[in-house]
Amino acid sequence: MPEIPEISAGDTAWVLVCTALVLLMTPGLAFFYGGMVRMKSVLNMMMMSFGAMGLVAILWVLYGYSMAFGNSIGGNGLLGDPTEYFGLAGITADSVSGAIPTFVFVMFQCMFAIITVALISGAIADRTKFGSWMIFAALWATIVYFPVAHWVFAFSDEESGYVGGWIANNLGALDFAGGTAVHINAGAAGLALALVLGKRIGFGKTPFRPHNLPFVMLGAALLWFGWFGFNAGSALAANGTAAVAFLNTVVCTAAAMLAWLLVEKIRDGHATSLGAASGIVAGLVAITPACAAVNIVGAIAIGVVAGALCALAVGLKYKLGYDDSLDVVGVHLVGGLVGTLMIGLVATDAYIAESALGLFYGGGAELLGKQAIAAGAVLAFSFILTAIIAFAIEKTIGFRSSEEDELSGVDLANHGESAYEFNDAAYGGSFSKGSGSSVNVTAPSKEGAPA
Amino acid sequence: MKLITAIVKPFKLEDVKNAVEAVGLEGLTVSEASGHGRQRGHTEVYRGAEYTVDLVPKVRIEVLTPDDQADAVVDAIVGAANTGQIGDGKVWVTTVDDVVRVRTGERGEEAL
Repeated sequence: MPEIPEISAGDTAWVLVCTALVLLMTPGLAFFYGGMVRMKSVLNMMMMSFGAMGLVAILWVLYGYSMAFGNSIGGNGLLGDPTEYFGLAGITADSVSGAIPTFVFVMFQCMFAIITVALISGAIADRTKFGSWMIFAALWATIVYFPVAHWVFAFSDEESGYVGGWIANNLGALDFAGGTAVHINAGAAGLALALVLGKRIGFGKTPFRPHNLPFVMLGAALLWFGWFGFNAGSALAANGTAAVAFLNTVVCTAAAMLAWLLVEKIRDGHATSLGAASGIVAGLVAITPACAAVNIVGAIAIGVVAGALCALAVGLKYKLGYDDSLDVVGVHLVGGLVGTLMIGLVATDAYIAESALGLFYGGGAELLGKQAIAAGAVLAFSFILTAIIAFAIEKTIGFRSSEEDELSGVDLANHGESAYEFNDAAYGGSFSKGSGSSVNVTAPSKEGAPA
Repeated sequence: MKLITAIVKPFKLEDVKNAVEAVGLEGLTVSEASGHGRQRGHTEVYRGAEYTVDLVPKVRIEVLTPDDQADAVVDAIVGAANTGQIGDGKVWVTTVDDVVRVRTGERGEEAL
């Protein structure tokens, strides 16, 4: 009789909570991004995140989980078998992964797939057809994210004969919570999309000022909160590793925010709220791969470098002429690279005894080399395939909104809504024929508007 | 009858209102406005990108007065809105042909 693996109630409770926390990051991201765009495209910006929540969750349970965590096809670590757990076949409430029910692990990883897709949308603000975005999201999740998640997150298990992904096992690079699979992946995809879709009308000439900075700060706060689930939850247990990840998620993020503000104060004369929110996200991105590999010295170092470097990198788009509207490249690609590569320098066994050592802690350059290969492979794979997918969509059904829709605002064009009603005199209108209440509203008022 | 229109700095609105009321007038209309004179705008920096904001927030105050009170009202507004800084705004006076009080149908100075 096979041994029945034991479920830990504590671990299960913790990862369930973390799963919900990671889901919350995506609406948080929607606020973070939504506040940064102009008033006429905030709904479209937020809907690209919400759309990913709907779509990717379904794809994940249909075949995404199987592509990421099924047995590696041919044992080469490139792609999980999509048929193995198709429709979550064979998994029941009694299935166990580690010390938690498999369904909990399935959902925890589902949230990673959702937010990675949502992150990309920041590169194409103000000018995207919603339907084309949804098709892109489905193709990108399938062709880019699910395989890369397999490379990075699927760990082989000799006992059961399970073969996972090449970065996690053959290469042995460290990526605790997704610096490569999530952030470098989304950042490279954002760059490719921004290049294929082209610049917004008026880019570099017309100011695209954020329309609601409190939204941006609310989003950054929700992201930080949810990120505890992302990083500390990646321990998949309520244990010391989760505690280390949690600690570093605070320390690195704090350092990055301060570094970003310092750069701004010196360069521009003011420490801005947008800079604080951006620094927080840069720090969270950078500590993601490293949160279980470093001590607080390493976390502060990564935070300072990420905060300062990202603050400088967001200006590159104006010099190089690509319209990565909300700096997916400057924050997620650059931050992800900083965190992934700096593991090779500052990884230490100070907190977690079995951890690999970086260059500064006597581990030599080997780990740094592995980190660079992992980062480079994900970057190149994501960039090239994203460019192909985006180009195919643009040439067939069209990816970018018409000039007219872009100028009048993609909210109205894509969703038939406008976000705000500030002018009471212009409020009201009347129901169109055949819609709204069955009563013919002839004197429109606030009470007559659809609830 | 005169229509006095004043464009002033928003934070001076309360002072101007009080000053106009002190002259003895009972009505005025206030709206938010954007614009610039010699003041031009200011610069804002977002993620390192510097934008010049040309149009700065102002309030526009409109007051209807009998001819003999117009000068006093203008003086009151100018006195209250003055900070000595660039961007304090402008006040101008135009002649009004007729005024009607909607509730009663009164016309001319009766309606003021």
